[in-house]
Amino acid sequence: MTAEELKSVVVARTIDARGTACPGPLLEAKKHIGSIGAGDVMEILSADEGTKVDIPKWCGKQGHEYLGTVEENGYFKVYMKKK
Amino acid sequence: MEDNQRLDVQQLQIEELKQKIEKLENGRKDQLSIAIVSGDLDKVLAAMVISIAAAAMDTQVKLFFSFWSLAALRDPKKHPKGKDFISKMFGLMLPKGKNKLSLSKMNMGGMGPKMISMLMKKQNVMSLEKMFTEAGELGIEIIICEMSMGLMGFKREEMIDYPNLSYAGAATFVADAGESSIQLFI
Repeated sequence: MTAEELKSVVVARTIDARGTACPGPLLEAKKHIGSIGAGDVMEILSADEGTKVDIPKWCGKQGHEYLGTVEENGYFKVYMKKK
Repeated sequence: MEDNQRLDVQQLQIEELKQKIEKLENGRKDQLSIAIVSGDLDKVLAAMVISIAAAAMDTQVKLFFSFWSLAALRDPKKHPKGKDFISKMFGLMLPKGKNKLSLSKMNMGGMGPKMISMLMKKQNVMSLEKMFTEAGELGIEIIICEMSMGLMGFKREEMIDYPNLSYAGAATFVADAGESSIQLFI
């Protein structure tokens, strides 16, 4: 998805993991994935460069859909859809 | 008659293939086994980071601690009684717990680990202490090598309180690693 498309996505839950480095953001994502329903979108905020690459890998393994990443000033917004 | 025989042979071959596929499917679990031998701070940190990432990805994790790494599992608040002279000496010379480990490089008489932990805090990396707490909550298993614990002169009574802690021998690691899709030695 493009950055424009991602902006209009309805987010069920936002996880702010900017206060933690690898593997913190992934761990936060795992902890909160149970709180959203199938087909819902979760937004993960992270200041860790590795998260951009790690979340898609996690999605690939778990069968979730990785939607894309939007770069903000000093952090990233990573979007994924729960299977 | 010949046709029947051919069918029988094919039937047998299919059975054989089925068994092979079953073996392949059941052979390796989504499991990570690490034999942690090093007691260096950097190496124990690496082992814990990989383990937590794996557990976050729903991979079962089994950590087999032996030799020098056992010092990381000592609880500084516990004081076991009844050690012989050599055990006491080992106990004195080896780090008392995960917060006292040295770096494999740039240890600088203990300055290195202090600097690393300062940097970790600054860059929001979880502390080793926090990693063990998270690991416990994620169901990461710690298995202590009974034999090397004996060699190091450590006692069960001085090991940390951890939810999934058990004691075993090398065969347990071999069996666990054999069914794991990822095996590491640190």
